[in-house]
Amino acid sequence: MTLQEYLLLAAALFSVGLYGALSQQSIVMIMMGLELMANAVIVGGAAFWYFASPARPDGQVVVLVAVTLMAVDMAIGFAVTTAIFRRRDIDVTDSAADLKG
Amino acid sequence: MWTQIVFGVCAAGSVATGVAVFRVDSMARATFALLASFLFAAGTILLLNLAYLGVLVVLMMIMEMVVMVVFMLMYMMNPAGLTPMTMVHNQKGSLAIAGGVFAALAACIFLVPWPTSGQPRPADPTRALGEALMGSKMLVMMVLGLCLFATMVATVVLATHRGRYDRYGDALRAKRPDDPVRGGLDR
Repeated sequence: MTLQEYLLLAAALFSVGLYGALSQQSIVMIMMGLELMANAVIVGGAAFWYFASPARPDGQVVVLVAVTLMAVDMAIGFAVTTAIFRRRDIDVTDSAADLKG
Repeated sequence: MWTQIVFGVCAAGSVATGVAVFRVDSMARATFALLASFLFAAGTILLLNLAYLGVLVVLMMIMEMVVMVVFMLMYMMNPAGLTPMTMVHNQKGSLAIAGGVFAALAACIFLVPWPTSGQPRPADPTRALGEALMGSKMLVMMVLGLCLFATMVATVVLATHRGRYDRYGDALRAKRPDDPVRGGLDR
């Protein structure tokens, strides 16, 4: 195992998540893409801690922040979905393009 | 040797199930594919001696995805996957952007001379993390706590169907609440 292999895994997860977040229409599927991107941050943070600076726990703290981000992102995402679905019966982003410039 | 094999399996599984999230025909399957991707990624973290963080990710993701399945079935079309499902826009552009980002990141990964550490790894990484969070990284912990609290308040506000301002007017001065049906305490 090397740092490069871990970072390559993180890059692959990030790219898959980016593809999902850009291409999906359903709001919930977009959130899944965002979660995959946060997952990449977790893998990258853990790998940097282990290979680059194990004496300082900064990498572990980054993992903790990313895990919290995933929970917050899910909760707020579903709350927004609930609010917009209740008000306008919308569950895809293309129907909620009011702010499009 | 064995760790290399386990890492390879976990990495390939994580990416493959991550791709499957956007290719399967039902929302429920997509959610469980995402869960599998997280579990494989947690496997790679466990290989790095991060027992606490690895188990934390496993437990949290299982809970999160089980909650997510409920929302999936509530909101989404075709939860059972009985018919083919594609809900995408600008697929080619997204593929090009994602592929470009991956190529750029991979190039950076192999071109940048990453620092290596000669320092010994701590015997108990969890202890080091705990001491950092209660010491030098206390600000991070406090900000995270504040974010979680703000999230709780914001989700409740967003999910409230009719709050007191809807029922008692903007200045909360209405004698009687403006409810669609009568009933309840003191009404």
